[in-house]
Amino acid sequence: MSDEDRGNNILARYTAGARINHWANAIILILLAISGLALFHPGLFFLTDLFGGGQETRAIHPWFGVAVIFTFAGLFIRFVRYNFWNSDDTRWMRHVGDVVNNHEERIPEVGRYNAGQKLVFWGMTLCILALFFSGLILWDTYFFQYTTIDQKRLAAVIHALGASGIIIILIIHVYAAIWVRGTVRAMTRGSVTGGWAWRHHRKWLKEEAAKPSNDD
Amino acid sequence: MATLQSLDIKRRSATTQTPPTVRTTTEVAKLIDVSKCIGCKACQAACYEWNDLHEDIGINVGVYDNPHDLTDKTWTLMRFTEFDNSGNLEWLIRKDGCMHCEDPGCLKACPAPGAIVQYSNGIVDFISENCVGCGYCVKGCPFNIPRISKADNKAYKCTLCSDRISVGQAPACAKACPTQAIYFGTKEEMKVHAEGRIEDLKERGYKNAGLYDPAGVGGTHVMYVLHHADQPQLYSGLPKEPKISPLVQFWKGGFKDIALFGFGLTALLGFFHYVAKGPNEVARKDEEAAKRYSGDQA
Repeated sequence: MSDEDRGNNILARYTAGARINHWANAIILILLAISGLALFHPGLFFLTDLFGGGQETRAIHPWFGVAVIFTFAGLFIRFVRYNFWNSDDTRWMRHVGDVVNNHEERIPEVGRYNAGQKLVFWGMTLCILALFFSGLILWDTYFFQYTTIDQKRLAAVIHALGASGIIIILIIHVYAAIWVRGTVRAMTRGSVTGGWAWRHHRKWLKEEAAKPSNDD
Repeated sequence: MATLQSLDIKRRSATTQTPPTVRTTTEVAKLIDVSKCIGCKACQAACYEWNDLHEDIGINVGVYDNPHDLTDKTWTLMRFTEFDNSGNLEWLIRKDGCMHCEDPGCLKACPAPGAIVQYSNGIVDFISENCVGCGYCVKGCPFNIPRISKADNKAYKCTLCSDRISVGQAPACAKACPTQAIYFGTKEEMKVHAEGRIEDLKERGYKNAGLYDPAGVGGTHVMYVLHHADQPQLYSGLPKEPKISPLVQFWKGGFKDIALFGFGLTALLGFFHYVAKGPNEVARKDEEAAKRYSGDQA
């Protein structure tokens, strides 16, 4: 049964451009994580086979990183304006216990993104910047001569910490999308139901409803 | 000396299995007596010769060091230092190259299983077919020794002539040295021999003469007799207290296991949260409320 059949309202949340941008970023970020993990832990070295071998994995991993900088920059430019911290977010953070216990009704109304989503956004941004710059220092093929060995050692530590951080954020991001039903369709079909917006992002729903409508 | 083979591998990079322990070989060492070195570079030539390496033609910038640094093709290099010892010019010449640490930083840093091995006789060897060219060995090494080839993206360094030693021969450099400044034998023998040399140097007025066998890396299988053992930095920056950098220790120590544990734990927390709390679903009344709200607005 489609939402129209159920009589649900439908709200546009992500344009086709944003969706393509998001999934391009997701695919490259996963390739980046797999190729990086292959060289991070001996127990995961077998993952190098997915990329044709150890030398190939070592060679391609930084190029995935370059690609992610572009795809993530696209996402950043699209979404940064919705992700600035405000007093709603501070209030939401005090109700984090209600959030994980599914007591949605006790949580103050939030706009397009809640504080958790904003933390994912800024956490990813921070990790990607740290990973990018430390990654350049580790990219011996092109940048060996520009840094000292001690700087490279520090870069390796930052790279490992940043990678661990972003993978944990990624797991939280994916789990939250599965846990909060009706969310994944925002990124696959571009829309959410009115009920979803009422329940999770009521302020955003009200803002959208206040806009002059085009279709009716 | 028995032939080196896989059962003689004591440590293997990026490997968690217990290495074979059925037999051990005697620990070997090369002893370089800097006080006897005349800087002829025969050792360097012998290294190229035995290993069939051909360094590119370089540029003379007015120093004796040739080439200017270790490279993928130069595994040992004479480094020349002019030291003004209170008016007395001393020409300190050090044969640089892999120290074959007992606790090798390169091996610790290497992410490729079996790309770096340590034999039970103490030799640290790069197994080129397993090398991925990441350069982590360069970051792990406290002595700045490994070099990555631009041609094939593999790391290279002195093998301590593991191929010669495995058939009972001394390293090529030791064999070629005309003043016997390079000795080769068991580590114990080399320490005993060094003692005699140090005593001799002390008698000649080098009161700080001593053996360079740094404890910070568990000792090395290439050792130096230095006239100024209190100031090894004089010898083209030989580190005074080399050890694996704490940054590398953190990066390649328990952190990588903790990180994987953290990923697993996060995923499990998610799974059990779902099992305990269930999905956060949109209720019929939410859809109705949304419609009512939109209706009111319209």
